[in-house]
Amino acid sequence: MPDNDVKMYTLSTCSHCKATKKFFDECNVAYEFVDVDLLEGDERKAILEDVKKLNPRCSFPTIKIGNKVIIGYKEKEIREALGLS
Amino acid sequence: MNVEELYERLKKIQEAKGYYFNKDKKLTFELLEGLIANKNRYGFMACPCRLSSGDVEHDRDIICPCIYRVPDVEEYGSCYCGLYVSKQWNEDKMPHVYVPERRPPEKF
Repeated sequence: MPDNDVKMYTLSTCSHCKATKKFFDECNVAYEFVDVDLLEGDERKAILEDVKKLNPRCSFPTIKIGNKVIIGYKEKEIREALGLS
Repeated sequence: MNVEELYERLKKIQEAKGYYFNKDKKLTFELLEGLIANKNRYGFMACPCRLSSGDVEHDRDIICPCIYRVPDVEEYGSCYCGLYVSKQWNEDKMPHVYVPERRPPEKF
């Protein structure tokens, strides 16, 4: 598997976010995530600026795999970006 | 209110309107837990799949059931989260697609 840097912005309550985390776990893909809803004040604002740069709509999950941005739990696109068949 | 009570209460009200909980009970209960979490955090049941601003006026459109549920269930058989679906969707009589976000970008 290629060495991909996986980072995602999620909500702790969101079904699509949970499904994405589960998918990465099951595929043994290491990833970083931030549950944006659990942040408050300036910290939340700063992270939302980062999310907006990747996804102006600020919907969740917003996933960054290498240089590719995937909005939502799109399994096929995620697999392709990771080089998984 | 606990999640079972919320489930029973909403099921009765929403089924009468033609909206059904997703037959995947694990998913449904997780989303209902999210609604309870949002009620505790923000004071209103904001959609668990969207980031609430905490301002009830600004987020009126995403108080569950959100205003986008009607067109989403009509077009895709499911709301954005997958909490509410049509009978046909639950009976696998229509494809299960990833429902796109319908909330306008200016609301973010």
